Amino acid sequence: MADFDITSPTMDGIASHGTKVGLARVLGPAHVWALGVGIVLVGEYMGWNFAVGKGGAYAALIACWFAGILYSCVAMIDSEVTSTVAAAGGQYTQAKHIVGPLMAFNVGLYLVFAYTMLEAGNAITLGYLISEAARMTAGVTDLDQRPFIILSIMFLAWLNFRGVLATLTFNLVITAFAFCAILVLFFASAPWSADSPLAHAELMSGQAALPYGWIGVLAAMHFGLWFYLGIEGTTQAAEEVRSPARSLPFGTLAGIMTLLIAATLTWYICVGFLPWEYLGDGVNGAVAPLFSAAQMTGSNFLIIVLGVGTLFATLASANGCINDASRAWFSMGRDHYLPQWFGAVHPKYRTPYRSIIFLVPIALIFALGAPLDQVITFSILSGLLGYTFMPINIILFRRKWPLDTIKRGYVHPFHPIPAIVLLALCSLTYFAVFLGYGTQLIAMVSFYIVVSLWFHFWRYRFVKRADQFTMPWPKPKGY
Amino acid sequence: MWTFLEYAAWAASAAFALHMIYDWYKTDTTYSEDVLTSSREGEIEAMTEQHKM
Repeated sequence: MADFDITSPTMDGIASHGTKVGLARVLGPAHVWALGVGIVLVGEYMGWNFAVGKGGAYAALIACWFAGILYSCVAMIDSEVTSTVAAAGGQYTQAKHIVGPLMAFNVGLYLVFAYTMLEAGNAITLGYLISEAARMTAGVTDLDQRPFIILSIMFLAWLNFRGVLATLTFNLVITAFAFCAILVLFFASAPWSADSPLAHAELMSGQAALPYGWIGVLAAMHFGLWFYLGIEGTTQAAEEVRSPARSLPFGTLAGIMTLLIAATLTWYICVGFLPWEYLGDGVNGAVAPLFSAAQMTGSNFLIIVLGVGTLFATLASANGCINDASRAWFSMGRDHYLPQWFGAVHPKYRTPYRSIIFLVPIALIFALGAPLDQVITFSILSGLLGYTFMPINIILFRRKWPLDTIKRGYVHPFHPIPAIVLLALCSLTYFAVFLGYGTQLIAMVSFYIVVSLWFHFWRYRFVKRADQFTMPWPKPKGY
Repeated sequence: MWTFLEYAAWAASAAFALHMIYDWYKTDTTYSEDVLTSSREGEIEAMTEQHKM
């Protein structure tokens, strides 16, 4: 601990001017829910419908539910482990304590890339939405999207810079609105009524049922992830919640339940309004399928609500991504896996301000210079690599620290079945991704192998090995 | 109106960026590096929670 001087304005040992400055513990379970669901919900508003294009409406539903099982396993495993590892960095910190430094370095990079790429993808989408609003309201067809893309990243980075409580309270409000908008559209469609405009029987029969057979179902798995991608981000709030053991499992599990409901309702509404050929074409057809479904109702109220919902879902996702990427980067800096300079906390706002600022230009480069599908694929692949680590993580965690050695805030049931199911579904999804994006998958794995070599042979010499394990845990079993 | 909004978005982006950079500079020149990087993982938890059964 550094020395303090009661006469110093900056080192007086009092409150945030103390000799130790850490992240602020100000969040509750609702903020955790808003972080997780906020990152993901944009996937309900757009992106998931590529699964329909791969295999038809039923294939998208099967992918939606199989991916739901995958993410339920992720949420349960994460809830157990993170309720004991109450530190920023989420899965990176879990890997550091449970598996080892090389795994932790890789997982940290998966997290930063997955969230930064997703943030860039959201900013691109936001620019597109604004240009569509200009076209629909004023007939403007040549709007420059760049200032709106940059503004979305700058504003959200600024919000994150200024404090986590305002950031995630903002996310809570806009995420709740976006979720309620889906419920409003569902109830307005009145599926129980004989006069309902939904036409499932006509749109899903005959050749439309499974247009590409079972291989289409497999191919749809890639985009089935889109319904839930990012719910694991709740763990990044671990060092900023008031009661980690309670809030993290509660927020994460409530989040996955919300998403299972939202995903199923989204599928049900969209396939009932839109033919699968149009719905499955996310580029020239239904770019924002929930908004397209609202347009089909002919109600101006629903069009406005779903339009705003789409915009809010995109903003909430980018906001959560900035929060999560910066925490992962900050944690790696704090442990000297990266220069310690990144491990700084703002003494007034109590945020990892240098990490937040450092990631802004990276997000801007990808948002302004890379095509959306490549950015999204990079994000999905990084996420998938992270999910593959989780079964290994929980099996080692239970083996090294059995239930009677560490108090957990949540104990997930049926171990090791969720871990095995998760591993099996990840393998299936790798195959599905390989079918469509084999080159990117191989390029990405090669990239992580190269940076692992760099870390092992060069960077790890700077890590203070004793300093990185500060949790008050008992020694692992057998050590 | 949309042309005006484009300019407003450029201006607001610059304002947010400048504010962050100014605050970053002010913070780094006011506080010592020891204070800024004094955060330690699990420190608060060690004081408030008991992990042993």
